[in-house]
Amino acid sequence: MNAPERPGASRSLLEVAGLHCVRDDKDLFTGLDFNLHAGQILLVEGRNGCGKTTLLRILCGIRAQESGTVRWCGEPIEKLGASYHQRIAYVGHHDGVKRELTVLENIRLAQALGNPSERSVGDILEIIQLLGYDDVPAQVLSAGQRRRLALSRLLATNSVLWILDEPFTSLDSRGIAIFANLMATHSADGGLVVMTSHHPVDLNGVEIRRLRLF
Amino acid sequence: MNRRSLTRAFLFLLKRDMLISFRRRSEAINPLLFFVIVVTLFPLGIGSDTKLIQAMAPGVLWVAALLASMLSLDSIFRSDFEDGSLEQLLLSAHPVTVLVLAKVTAHWLVTGLPLMLVAPLLAVLLGLPGQGLSALMLTLLLGTPVLSLVGAIGVALTVGLRRGGVIISLLVLPLYTPVLILGSSTVQFAAAGLPVNGQLSMLAAMLALALALAPLPTAAALRLSLS
Repeated sequence: MNAPERPGASRSLLEVAGLHCVRDDKDLFTGLDFNLHAGQILLVEGRNGCGKTTLLRILCGIRAQESGTVRWCGEPIEKLGASYHQRIAYVGHHDGVKRELTVLENIRLAQALGNPSERSVGDILEIIQLLGYDDVPAQVLSAGQRRRLALSRLLATNSVLWILDEPFTSLDSRGIAIFANLMATHSADGGLVVMTSHHPVDLNGVEIRRLRLF
Repeated sequence: MNRRSLTRAFLFLLKRDMLISFRRRSEAINPLLFFVIVVTLFPLGIGSDTKLIQAMAPGVLWVAALLASMLSLDSIFRSDFEDGSLEQLLLSAHPVTVLVLAKVTAHWLVTGLPLMLVAPLLAVLLGLPGQGLSALMLTLLLGTPVLSLVGAIGVALTVGLRRGGVIISLLVLPLYTPVLILGSSTVQFAAAGLPVNGQLSMLAAMLALALALAPLPTAAALRLSLS
């Protein structure tokens, strides 16, 4: 349970079949199919309002789809419930960072709620370049720093599937480089990433699959 | 997930919510302030009829406690909803019902428990006979957690709406009335020197029922509100 699973690359971990979603009586997408194998990175593209965020929320299991299935290792995610949630880390539009709590407390919280990784808090702070900010309340951080703190969830928990909605928003080029690196390493370790981004994404040459929504 | 990590998550979330309330003290103290103000204003409004005030004391204390508890309900999930923490709670590796229970417990420790501790002072102010004091504290100890637990269902249903305040009252008040009736009548009986074991057992049963059942619809309602 502690190390990310590394099944043979031939097997698809995440299977999406015939996904249909309606919002405000309008079809957002119909008959959406894709499979993701271990180590693959999927970039969901499309104009504003085409349902990228909705798709990611369906993949998390926060939102229910009209029809179609999302399967993890062959099992529908609704059936897996919390044991699916142990495998995923989601960073959405909202940071999910408690502003009243310090940086350290926020990271500890992420660890307590998820499936904590072996990384120490010090290591995490060093990677996201917030070393020395442990006791600073999150509300005095800049937007970019807070985004890095939100993304630290990826490091604090042992998740196989990262679902990231516009992860690079308000990050500077250095911040983007940190997380592009992390995603490349995660993919090399057999992890999966599903993300949306308005920024051009370059993950150090790692192949990125693209899914275009209309 | 094993039981130890579940306990850890429960305690951590409880601690987190209490810490946040502590850092937002000025907001957290509002329900208590409301309770004290309402109860102290009653004798001023009624006048010098001490018999009447004494007779009304159990009802006044309980109604004020109920309203104070209801006013503070929105804070259980509102800020978590707005900053995205609620999504993270629903996506946690632990059962949502346990996390809901942790949040409601924290809410009660911050709002319900202080009411219970201050109530005897206000009861003396209203001239409630001494033999009613322990019953007052006991009924509040058993009753206010029920209010928090049941109220959490209402908040979870309305947290997605921009102005959920009025709807919460409509949803939750009918469910609050049995607690109010039982709570204040128990105090009246005790003040008159009658045995109240039966009523206290009923309140305890309500609490047990709410503890066991309320987190389930709350978790379901949170999922609905976020989807």
